[in-house]
Amino acid sequence: MPKVTVTVTLKPTLLDAQGRTVESALHGIGFDDADGVRIGKIIEMRIADGTPEAEIKSRVAAMCDRLLANPVTEDYKIEVSA
Amino acid sequence: MTAVIAAETSELSTVSTGLSTGQSAKSRPRIGVIVFPGSNCDRDAGNAFLETEHGDTVYLWHQESSLQGVDAVVVPGGFSYGDALRAGAIARFAPIMAEVARFADAGGLVAGVCNGFQILCEAGLLPGALIRNESLRFICRHVNLRVETTDSPFTTLYRQGEVLSIPVAHGEGCYTCDDATYARLIAENRVLFRYCEPDGSLTPEANPNGSRDNIAGIVGGPKRNILGMMPHPERAVSATLGSSDGARLLAGIHQALSAIS
Repeated sequence: MPKVTVTVTLKPTLLDAQGRTVESALHGIGFDDADGVRIGKIIEMRIADGTPEAEIKSRVAAMCDRLLANPVTEDYKIEVSA
Repeated sequence: MTAVIAAETSELSTVSTGLSTGQSAKSRPRIGVIVFPGSNCDRDAGNAFLETEHGDTVYLWHQESSLQGVDAVVVPGGFSYGDALRAGAIARFAPIMAEVARFADAGGLVAGVCNGFQILCEAGLLPGALIRNESLRFICRHVNLRVETTDSPFTTLYRQGEVLSIPVAHGEGCYTCDDATYARLIAENRVLFRYCEPDGSLTPEANPNGSRDNIAGIVGGPKRNILGMMPHPERAVSATLGSSDGARLLAGIHQALSAIS
């Protein structure tokens, strides 16, 4: 079954309070070079065998638009692998 | 003798009506409080209407597909579906929400408090979204709210500019929206409440969660009939609770419904 990975991230225009806190924690433990830390989430799933990749992508995009991502605050990216 | 029996019968039926719907059902609106798995302010909201005598409460389970003819709907606070994915994201697809949307589109009064506000935004019944508090902390305390407009059924009994003390209890209450939505909210005078200092001034310090422009509550819908707010007016309905400033919001709903019927 093909594996689908959806990456959901906060829109770049929004302040990512979690990312900012983690970035300052990284600086605190010596990783001063870490910059622009943003935190999102990954949603994995499998789709029935035999579904063409284009169809998988459009199905998963519909899932994102309806439920997996909030269009007001989030962007998403869909990757399909075997 | 017959007359006495008739009188007793009529008195009995009044009592039983009172028992089934709360008290004196006649003059009070029926307020439907939606209950999701994970709701935790449903009883607070229901009791607030009962105790202030501004409504009789009908609890509506999320799997139901009828609003049972209620006069107004409260979408209460809590953590519906454990806030899985995003606060309110799953709850908006509950069967009862299709009815709430129909009711709201027809101009029915719907009030979403805290998680209820998040759910109404997720459902697209109100614009914008609520994200993690800027501080990342869960905040549970009284805040000061400035009444921005009395032009809504929910705020008619306040004075514009009045400062209220109402508690908040949330981790994801940072109101956000795009510039076009914000411009429309302002142009249409749809911000009902802003977080403020005790003297009513708006400062970043008075903003507990980083909400855009200190926004704490907004109104939407075809007749300015949908309320969304993070603070909990139902937790501020008597001096015993530390504030009774929320009671006039309930009274406003009661008054608006009395005007309709």
